[in-house]
Amino acid sequence: MRRYSIFAVAREALRYHSGWEKAWASPEPKKRYDVIVVGAGGHGLATAYYLGKVHGIKNVAIIEKGWLGGGNTGRNTTIIRSNYLQDPSAAIYEKARALYEGLSQDLNYNVMFSPRGLLMLAQSEHEMRGYKRTVYANNLQNVETRWIEPKEVKKLVPILNIAGPRYPVLGALYQEKGGTARHDAVAWGYARACSDMGMDLLQNTEVTGVRTAEGKVVGVDTSRGAIDCGKLAIVVAGHSSVLAGMAGFRLPIESMALQAWVSEPIKPTIDVVVMANLVHGYMSQSDKGELVIGGGTDGFNNYSQRGSWHHVEETTRALIETFPVISRLKMLRQWGGIVDMTGDRSPILSKTPVEGIFVNCGWGTGGFKAIPGSGFAMAELVAKGYSPLAAEFGLHRFKEGQFIDESVAAGVAH
Amino acid sequence: MSHRLSSGGRLIDRSKPLAFKFNRRKARGFAGDTLASALLGSGRTLLGRSFKYHRPRGLVASGAEEPNVLVNLGRGNRHEPDQRATTTELFEGAWATSQNHWPSLGFDIGAVNDFASKLMPAGFYYKTFMHSLEAWHSLFEPIIRRAAGLGKAPTKPDPDRYEQAYAYCDVLVAGGGVAGLAAALKAAKEGKRVILAEQTAHWGGRAPVDGGLIDGQTPEIWIQNTLQALEGMENVRLMTRTMVAGLHDHGYAILYERVADHTPGDGRPRHRLWRTRAGITQVATGAIERPLAFAGNDVPGVMLASAVRDYIVNWAVAPGKRLVIVTNNDDAYRTALCALGAGLEVAAVIDARPAPTGPLVEALRERGVKVLEGRAIAKVKGSKAVKAVEIASHAGEGGAVEVIDCDCVAMSGGWSPVVHLYSHAGGKVKWDAAAVMFRPDAAKPPTGDKGQPIAAAVGAANGHLTLDAICAEAGMVGQVEAEAPLMPVWVMPAKASEALKFKAFLDYQNDVKVSDVQLAAREGYASVEHTKRYTTLGMATDQGKLSNINGLAILSEALGQEIPATGTTTFRPPYTPISFGAITGEARGEIFQPLRKTPMHDWHQAKGAHWEPVGLWRRPYTYPRKGEKHRESVNREIVNTRTNVGLLDASTLGKIVVKGPDAGRFLDMMYTNLMSTLPVGKCRYGLMCSDNGFLIDDGVVVRLSEDTWLCHTTSGGADRIHGHLEDWLQCEWWDWKVYTANLTEQYAQVAVVGPKARKLLEKLGGMDVSREALPFMTYREGTLGGFPARVFRISFSGELSYEIAVPANMGLAFWEALHKAGEEFGVMPYGTEALHVMRAEKGFIMIGDETDGTVIPQDLGLGWAISKKKADYLGKRAQERKHMTDPDRWTLVGLETLDGSVLPDGVYAIDEGVNENGQRKVQGRVTSTYYSPMLKKGIAMGLVKHGPARMGEVLEFPADGGKVIQARIVDPVFYDKAGEKADV
Amino acid sequence: MLTLTCPCCGVTVEETELAPGGEAHLKRFGPGASDADFETYMFARKNPKGVHFERWRHAYGCGKWFLAARCTVTWEVFGTYPAQTSEPPAELIAKIKEKRPGWEGWK
Repeated sequence: MRRYSIFAVAREALRYHSGWEKAWASPEPKKRYDVIVVGAGGHGLATAYYLGKVHGIKNVAIIEKGWLGGGNTGRNTTIIRSNYLQDPSAAIYEKARALYEGLSQDLNYNVMFSPRGLLMLAQSEHEMRGYKRTVYANNLQNVETRWIEPKEVKKLVPILNIAGPRYPVLGALYQEKGGTARHDAVAWGYARACSDMGMDLLQNTEVTGVRTAEGKVVGVDTSRGAIDCGKLAIVVAGHSSVLAGMAGFRLPIESMALQAWVSEPIKPTIDVVVMANLVHGYMSQSDKGELVIGGGTDGFNNYSQRGSWHHVEETTRALIETFPVISRLKMLRQWGGIVDMTGDRSPILSKTPVEGIFVNCGWGTGGFKAIPGSGFAMAELVAKGYSPLAAEFGLHRFKEGQFIDESVAAGVAH
Repeated sequence: MSHRLSSGGRLIDRSKPLAFKFNRRKARGFAGDTLASALLGSGRTLLGRSFKYHRPRGLVASGAEEPNVLVNLGRGNRHEPDQRATTTELFEGAWATSQNHWPSLGFDIGAVNDFASKLMPAGFYYKTFMHSLEAWHSLFEPIIRRAAGLGKAPTKPDPDRYEQAYAYCDVLVAGGGVAGLAAALKAAKEGKRVILAEQTAHWGGRAPVDGGLIDGQTPEIWIQNTLQALEGMENVRLMTRTMVAGLHDHGYAILYERVADHTPGDGRPRHRLWRTRAGITQVATGAIERPLAFAGNDVPGVMLASAVRDYIVNWAVAPGKRLVIVTNNDDAYRTALCALGAGLEVAAVIDARPAPTGPLVEALRERGVKVLEGRAIAKVKGSKAVKAVEIASHAGEGGAVEVIDCDCVAMSGGWSPVVHLYSHAGGKVKWDAAAVMFRPDAAKPPTGDKGQPIAAAVGAANGHLTLDAICAEAGMVGQVEAEAPLMPVWVMPAKASEALKFKAFLDYQNDVKVSDVQLAAREGYASVEHTKRYTTLGMATDQGKLSNINGLAILSEALGQEIPATGTTTFRPPYTPISFGAITGEARGEIFQPLRKTPMHDWHQAKGAHWEPVGLWRRPYTYPRKGEKHRESVNREIVNTRTNVGLLDASTLGKIVVKGPDAGRFLDMMYTNLMSTLPVGKCRYGLMCSDNGFLIDDGVVVRLSEDTWLCHTTSGGADRIHGHLEDWLQCEWWDWKVYTANLTEQYAQVAVVGPKARKLLEKLGGMDVSREALPFMTYREGTLGGFPARVFRISFSGELSYEIAVPANMGLAFWEALHKAGEEFGVMPYGTEALHVMRAEKGFIMIGDETDGTVIPQDLGLGWAISKKKADYLGKRAQERKHMTDPDRWTLVGLETLDGSVLPDGVYAIDEGVNENGQRKVQGRVTSTYYSPMLKKGIAMGLVKHGPARMGEVLEFPADGGKVIQARIVDPVFYDKAGEKADV
Repeated sequence: MLTLTCPCCGVTVEETELAPGGEAHLKRFGPGASDADFETYMFARKNPKGVHFERWRHAYGCGKWFLAARCTVTWEVFGTYPAQTSEPPAELIAKIKEKRPGWEGWK
């Protein structure tokens, strides 16, 4: 793989960039792989990448029904944070955040991780207590967060309406090292690195069946024929139930739409990511200048990648209340993704009833920020059968009642 | 040089001149002008800068598809960035400035020169700036952020108001051109309820400019007649300045009416958003002309051919004096004829087709205009304005054979139907190779709740680009010059060199060139979505209205596949950007959300209560007196309540009546306690769990009569819990005979609390409230001071306490009567914070403090409230699971710091060592913590591993600034441990 | 934005009047049930990409819960019926089978 650098760009500039090679290959499927990862979104690609990089497993195929990064990886609002309350969540999201810090250099692909800081506004006594608790928890979980008073909040976000009138800001949970990244680049960067390791990226290839023998996975049927495998990792977010159904088990998952939208691009007006969970909305400004906005899920089962309009109204209201100056800006584009919500709204990284099949799903509304950590943990789980980062996220928790419930920390979990 | 023509202009009123300012300079236009036509008419062609390279930009289009001329419109609190000049109706005093340059539009430091632009092809930023995170975040990213963005960010709140309205119709027609008018009339005559929405201020679409005959009439006459017919029909609503912004599932359409954009500050709402349910939407949104991709096609003065004739005919504005037309079709010849008619010079028509023929071509030849066949523009000369064009063979690589001086280039690459609305809710489009366009696939429309089509396309939006075809589809007869087929031209000339393709723009605003799309394909970003995202093609504020098809075709060519194999990107609402203000409507500020008020709300307000939001309610947090800090007033309220008497407005408490022969059995399932055995007239504290075992609510249950119970819920929980009860009643035990009713707002409720509470009530009189007549945990109905009242002897403070419910409309009077009667006893109101402190002093749990969705009653030492006799209740099975019965679960205790200080809220007690993930192990946490003015020290409650078995043990709580606070595990009841004060 | 017909009121209402309630026809398991049965009842969901039987409450109307058969991809609504039943009406099943020949059934 030719390395990307300013020198390479300058060299190519002299010949109209005619010399760039493909970022990833598009090979024919082999007959067998040690591991097949279904789903070439961020989580699937990261799983494959760390399988190769950390565990030396490189005979890997990543099978994607559509185009890589075409699901929620390319549809989210790119927020990265790890200010979670419960230990298992804080561990995996912080692992992800830490990996994001060096990801551009690691992948030789600029994913534009931007630690611009993230605020969760407290707008009720209850929220204030919850966030202060989170700060104390985070300090013991090696997650750097702090509680800041309204004055400092206003300094960080001058356009914020601190004084209400309905829900005055009482302070905020601040993660200085949280931020955003360029979502497509994360998928592309991992894909390029996987391809470079000799892994096969099979785009436009649909898995139509899962083949098992004596309770153990042996391969998959695809739109390009049957492919054998030693292990199978299902990393398909909203479509997890469909894949699990092929393998003969059910998941505690419901697929719902989550919508997001952007304004027209304007000159920089807000530097940090702001989440206002009491009123259900969050906003940041992309490097392009667009205000990137999202809220909560639609609440009913949905595979259509379209949501219901009233949620757009409700969230926009919440944000105009929070940032009155945006009222005259215009919504440029609105879209939806299909998120997979679990029974406790925390993800699943787990073995399954079928030997050799592993699932990574249930990231719900918060998957993008977890990609490197999720891939790292999933690779370890697939390679070794155990990962400390994944241990508490097993399917067993639904039987034993050992949930990982973050709802106390954030009404909207992004 | 662009200029205003001395005559003509069908949309302008020369008797009404308007003055406005552009970049602080005076300019003039006429009523009926757009900002774009007025600027062009006053000789301005350099009007903006592009996004990435900051290249000079002028008008390309005349309508919603314009990518270039976006301005900062308005000043102060009416400033609006990124406003499209072509869709901005001119008004007196308009103030506009151009965007994205420094220091000036003419001289922009940010402009990127040729070599630098070569360093910045599509996606260059993914390959560079990777030295370190620090360098990216502190150096490169800030530079990129400042250079990016377009308009100035607003800094002041919006003074305008916005409305939302509902509308219903059988047929929604989007677009008021010939096809839309005809479709509306047809549906209206069939008796259907029709809404016809046109995004501009004018009816008729392109027809008045392009000419022809409709049923023998000129377009103007036909439009006038049709409008007249429609206006006379009661079942028709005609809406101009109204864009159908999006078509959503089940026929839900969002209409965006720009009510007062052209009359700012006149008191009307600025925008109105119509939430519309339409049986079917007729998509009559027309078509948009495609640019041609030749080098320098972005130089100001290069415009769409249709836009050139729009400016001439509609606004009497000539975009130049000497025009060159470049085309691959016959339609552009209309522009040449139109320009000649306006007295402009047409230097040549450059037609990529080898042998163009047909009436339009011949008509032009007859006028003596040079038609260059099989030719292309190799390159446009000029940087801030067109100076000349170099002509080459279209089949070649761009070697110039001729140079033609001109100041305007009118280009046409064919037309694309506007299929957006058809696609928003899932309708599919198909490629028509003969007509070289995507058109709606009538076999795959978006479908509604019954699987029926919810949209159909008509007219140009359906691929009928000529007036005769539009009319034929609508059952009319249209006459117009016949047109020969166009020849697809995606790059001009066909084999353009790399150098030329590097200057051939596809997306004007985002500076995406032919070479960028080819680079994306070369690098494997082969999916159309990849290419879009990698190059940013079509992601600018025009959402690719001009660039998408050209980009798609070039990508397909680069991949060596047919256009349908490449497919399209998904069209997302809105069609053009709509204001956040309109999306929000009236719900802002005080009425952002409904405000629920108790009957005593205004009294609290008048007494200077500091409010705390609780759900949609507001409750007094405390009533500070002049000069008093909140902390001080809370302490005063507590001490007074515990020594004299205090009043709490408890009206927000949920009050749900459960009634019927099976009500007891039902409540036994809903509560962990046994409620069926509660004697009439008695009260019992109850706990409610979800069927997943977690504690969701608590409150006192009262048996009002043999078959009637009154269930109190938490303040925030009334609606949720009522819904929860109904859920189980309707969906699980639907054969049980039970009714529920949420009476929360029917009653005002006051807690009269303190040692002198009884004296106060006795003074009011009317009911025996003695210990004997009304013992602790009982209830009586009667009158108090003349008010019909339900009196509950319950206490959440540990004091002698009565909670009294009176009809809501008497709430304020009762509250005031209590204050009056209580004067001699030192009565004071107290707020939620005093309530919290007093309940914590007594070790009573609070839902939301001691619980957080992960806590079960067993964790809180509430085993006494869990019936062992019952076979089942919601949550029982769940609480038998492995983790729920784990002896290591954290359990409720009291906590007291060794130094008497107040523990911080939410601190954790550390344990030895770290877990597998390197996180410090913990063994408990603080759930409630307060200063107790009675005990004059900090008190806290918390959940601690094996807590109750560890009384007296000292735990360590790391707090702020590295400080570690030591606290001892104690009994959670801090005040009146013997419980002697309540039951008196 | 969905519209559904409330079988109690008989009116077709906007989604904003409704509250969603997840999968319909779950069989409750209480004390005495196995861990597996309880887990299935509480968490395992069919979550089909296609015909879904689901609960809705006419929350800002009559307050009644009802059930709907709806496609989660196209949002086509095959029918709504009162919640007081443990399985979908036979004629609704027949209607869905006719419209979706390959449909695997509601169980």
